[in-house]
Amino acid sequence: MSTRPELLAPPEIFYDDSEARKYTSSSRIVEIQARLSERALELLALPEDDVPRFLLDIGCGSGLSGETISENGHHWIGLDISASMLNVAVEREVEGDLLLGDMGQGLGLRAGVIDGAISISAVQWLCNADKSSHEPRLRLKAFFGSLYRCLSRGARAVFQVYPESIAQRELILGQALKAGFGGGLVVDYPHSTKKRKEFLVLTCGSVPTSINDGHKDSDDDDDDSEDEENGMVCVSDRNRPRKKQRTNKKGKGREWVLRKKEQSRRKGNDVPADSKYTARKRKSRF
Amino acid sequence: MRLITHNMLSCNIKGVTNGFPLKIEAEKVIEKEVDFNPDFLRHMFAKIEWKALAEAARSMGYAELPDDSPDAAVIESADETFLRKLHHALLELHLEEGALVCPETGRKFPVNKGIPNMLLHEDEV
Ligand SMILES: C[S@@+](CC[C@H](N)C(=O)[O-])C[C@H]1O[C@@H](n2cnc3c(N)ncnc32)[C@H](O)[C@@H]1O
Repeated sequence: MSTRPELLAPPEIFYDDSEARKYTSSSRIVEIQARLSERALELLALPEDDVPRFLLDIGCGSGLSGETISENGHHWIGLDISASMLNVAVEREVEGDLLLGDMGQGLGLRAGVIDGAISISAVQWLCNADKSSHEPRLRLKAFFGSLYRCLSRGARAVFQVYPESIAQRELILGQALKAGFGGGLVVDYPHSTKKRKEFLVLTCGSVPTSINDGHKDSDDDDDDSEDEENGMVCVSDRNRPRKKQRTNKKGKGREWVLRKKEQSRRKGNDVPADSKYTARKRKSRF
Repeated sequence: MRLITHNMLSCNIKGVTNGFPLKIEAEKVIEKEVDFNPDFLRHMFAKIEWKALAEAARSMGYAELPDDSPDAAVIESADETFLRKLHHALLELHLEEGALVCPETGRKFPVNKGIPNMLLHEDEV
């Protein structure tokens, strides 16, 4: 991706009929989007009870990301601003319900009804002002505010984004936190320019933490890899030899997590009960 | 669009305080079979606005849902008669062509090929 599509035209113009078709018939894109969606779903950390959930796919496009949701057995609503992309989704007979809409205008969904949201390669579009009436900050605010409202307490939203710059990443993250979300950035393959992928993992109704502090470090390597649940930057570097990765993780083990959870409980927050899984390292699978 | 989505959707035109439920004007309704999953229905039941669902189902030509919300016992019961109806209403009926109408402003959101156009005009944001 040498030229960023966001800089060429507004999304509803850029993703016209021919681009929508081109996008969806590229086996490379299909594969990448499926992999990103799979990872986003994993980061959503839905309860493993085999009960299907009702999810949102924001900027669902032609349904590539939504298909991964269906394959995992969940129901979904997909929102996109490009009618051409949605038409391709209809042709491909995706299982989710589709809405033509602009996330920057806020989501018209009732409070607390959605079990989780993913958004793959879409939110960076909100950082552009495509019309004179567009103010990125306000559009991000409307979006995150309405998303926060429609998610059920404890639900997560995971965004895979391609921010253009550090300033853009900060703008997105900042607006998410202002809306009340806790959470932070998860970076896969941080040291590879090609494979590097960023996921913004947001939690609804948990302790808002100081991601701003954590996330400044994210550019200077080592010591920033910590617990995503606690709203700090988590760099899961799958390139690095295992040994080194392990020393990185040292310092904040189970006890630290239990203590933090206890603190949070005292503040009256809803904290998951401790179990043998608490503070266990997640399998890193892609 | 299925009624599970309709039941979550509200009009978010600036200044509108009661944008739910959107009234359904159905021109074409189709049915698609979906696997029956009682766990999912039980999970969703608490989130559903019952009156809106019963009314919406009726406007799509399905009048089998009672006007008043059944109590939790019916949902948990081993007898699946009721859950089957809920399943059909929520997941198998699709509004293919028609419109959704904001209860407060009367603004119509057209539905084509099953996709509601929820884009707002600039003066509605
Ligand atoms: C790179 S595509 C990704 C599509 C899909 N998530 C996937 O994984 O294949 C980005 C999508 O975001 C959509 N998008 C951009 N800005 C949007 C907005 N303001 N509201 C809704 N969708 C938007 C575009 O129309 C496009 O379909």
